[in-house]
Amino acid sequence: MDTLLLSRIQFGANISFHILFPTITIALGWMLLFFKLRFSVTGERKWMDAYMFWVKIFALSFAMGVVSGITMSFQFGTNWPGFMETVGNVAGPLLAYEVITAFFLEAVFLGIMLFGASRVKPWVHTLATFLVAFGTTMSAFWIIVLNSWMHTPQGYELRDGVVFATDWWAIVFNPSMPYRLIHMLLASGLTVAFLIAGISALRLLWGDRAESVKTTLRVGIVAAAGLIPLQILAGDFHGLNTLEHQPAKVAAMEGNWETGPNIPLVLFAIPDEEARENRFEIGIPNGASLILKHKADGVVPGLNDFVAEDGTPLHPRVAPVFFSFRIMVATGMAMLALSWAGLYLLRRYGAGAMPDVPLYAFAAMSFSGWIATLAGWYTTEIGRQPWLVQGVLSTKDAVSDVPSGMVLSTLIGYLVIYAVLIVAYIGVITYLARKASRGEPLSSRVYPRGGEAEVAALHAGE
Amino acid sequence: MTYFGDPAIWLPWTFAALMGLSILIYVILDGFDLGVGLLMPLADEQEKDRLVASIGPFWDANETWLVLAIGLLLVAFPPAHGIILTSLYLPVFIMLVGLILRGVSFEFRAKAPLSQKKRWNAAFFAGSLMASMSQGFMLGMYVMGLTWTLSHVAFALLTAVFLTVGYSFIGAAWLIAKTEGALQTRAVGWAKGGIWGLILGIGAISVATPFVSPRIFDKWFSLPEFLYLSPMPILSGALVLYLFWRIHKLPQVGDKTAWSPFAAAMALFALAFTGMAYSFYPYVVPEQITIYDAAAAPESLFIILIGTLFVLPAILGYTALSYYIFRGKATELRYD
Repeated sequence: MDTLLLSRIQFGANISFHILFPTITIALGWMLLFFKLRFSVTGERKWMDAYMFWVKIFALSFAMGVVSGITMSFQFGTNWPGFMETVGNVAGPLLAYEVITAFFLEAVFLGIMLFGASRVKPWVHTLATFLVAFGTTMSAFWIIVLNSWMHTPQGYELRDGVVFATDWWAIVFNPSMPYRLIHMLLASGLTVAFLIAGISALRLLWGDRAESVKTTLRVGIVAAAGLIPLQILAGDFHGLNTLEHQPAKVAAMEGNWETGPNIPLVLFAIPDEEARENRFEIGIPNGASLILKHKADGVVPGLNDFVAEDGTPLHPRVAPVFFSFRIMVATGMAMLALSWAGLYLLRRYGAGAMPDVPLYAFAAMSFSGWIATLAGWYTTEIGRQPWLVQGVLSTKDAVSDVPSGMVLSTLIGYLVIYAVLIVAYIGVITYLARKASRGEPLSSRVYPRGGEAEVAALHAGE
Repeated sequence: MTYFGDPAIWLPWTFAALMGLSILIYVILDGFDLGVGLLMPLADEQEKDRLVASIGPFWDANETWLVLAIGLLLVAFPPAHGIILTSLYLPVFIMLVGLILRGVSFEFRAKAPLSQKKRWNAAFFAGSLMASMSQGFMLGMYVMGLTWTLSHVAFALLTAVFLTVGYSFIGAAWLIAKTEGALQTRAVGWAKGGIWGLILGIGAISVATPFVSPRIFDKWFSLPEFLYLSPMPILSGALVLYLFWRIHKLPQVGDKTAWSPFAAAMALFALAFTGMAYSFYPYVVPEQITIYDAAAAPESLFIILIGTLFVLPAILGYTALSYYIFRGKATELRYD
């Protein structure tokens, strides 16, 4: 394999591994703040127990996110020097603002949030929790701005093949940014909602009767059920935005070869890029036209429009985009079905008496947010190919000339470490859940609420 | 912008200074983190927890200075970023793996089942070692002009060992300040060994750098520069003597001077770094590309500078707040 493909796989592997953890920490930070505030308002011990359990998972996820993020800041240089040489004048300031407005904020206040509870006043600790959550969200904002600009660049001019910024407002608020940001933040919310619901379900199945577990199951299910329709809506808007700016990507997502009206919604097919047609296609007539143009005879772009005179395709490889899009949508539909069923069961039985079958289903869906998030990112990122920055810089022009053997050996090294760490990460989360299920106290301290010196000790599970 | 003269001159200079400052802060702050990690195998099981507790609230923010430094290289000097990092591909990979292992071991050693704790302690040490060694190696390669010849690699391996031992010294100096009793006494012992890494490392680079290029030689050894610069090596020598004297008197009754080795080590790192910066200026890729050739567009640098001027004081402020909150001797790390 050549350096280009290996570098793409290596960066893809790193960024895939990395995104798993911010996806958790962005929303989990806000969730922890919610637990803290509920405790401040109600004084109920269960909220602090929930905080104490989930803050451990937050700390672990945060560390995983930090170290894998550092890897990427170096890989811009080691693997993709052409990226910064060409678009550094735009990408540079955006990355710099991420570091100075987000990274330091979250990193410094994380120390206070995790280990400072007994050293600072309760309100300072709550403020630190807020600043960590705010920092993770700011970080997501800047990185989504840069990523969206790579999809829908504007506010720049080319001089001697180098991008110069002309309008920062246009760069930051580029056309796909609002859609992508909302889509990603909702994805983070859903990932955390299903993680919390899933791990809580697991603890209930293991016989944990603590109030905090029932509460977090309820919080998880309600959050999931509330967020998933918003996400489907946001995804639809994002798709229409992509249709406007990156039609080749939408054609690949739909698996549509010829531009025309009355295009079916392809549920399943095996796209054959040699023959330029789908095999084993199962579709709903007029479906794609209805979704993308909101009328049955709406014209949907086809892949054959994006082929150069000499036959080289100017569209992404179809199969990966086509399938990852379907995996994302299918996961989303499963999320919708389970969370709404869960909502009904909550009303019917309450969180404490939920039957085993749905509990198993939630436990099985604990990490479903990861699958949907990864599949969604593969859709949009592979869908941008052959461009690194749409219409400005192609991926092959940005790659370094490092020997492919070097890239391959380091790739294997990364993959081995990531595999070990993922197993260890999921292992530790379930271990912590099992430990908590056995009733081992999460904390022996009596928590003061904001403004109060002491509050009566209510030991959960005793 | 005309008030300050040509922005194509002062902006690259400012960013080189900011980047230098970030690297220096990183080397000192993560230097003591990594140093503490390097000392792990020398500590017994209970002491290990205390070692980790002494850096637990800080390590993440400390590591962020590396992200800022590499970020500034990336945004301010894009072509240099590519050249430096592609020529250091392998050591960068080793450092990243080391930083990954070190960072996650913090969490795993405390949260995984007890039976796995030994393994994560080992990973914590291995990660710290890989990161320190590769940083020392990259330092040596950079000094030698980033060309892979046998003698350059040999020199870089030497600086790898020296920087690693040097980190263990500043880690021990941190522990002298943050611990008490038997552990503090042991930290003094570790510092007595580690100081040699610092001396040999600074010595090796000071001796080698002027011979890499006649340009650097002339910068140091022509008159009157030689006279102006002479306080630097003299001050460094004085600091080394002071450190020797100090650590042989520690630990002291009342613990009054527990911070002095760390403070002196910081000063020594800062002096050595300033000397290097003086040697290599105006080059960002040694003897190949100057900061002025490699700089990004002034408009883009200006946008970053404005943000930095507002945010940097805040960063320094809340960093100081964090060190203030976690002042005093390290206590057990607890979430509640």
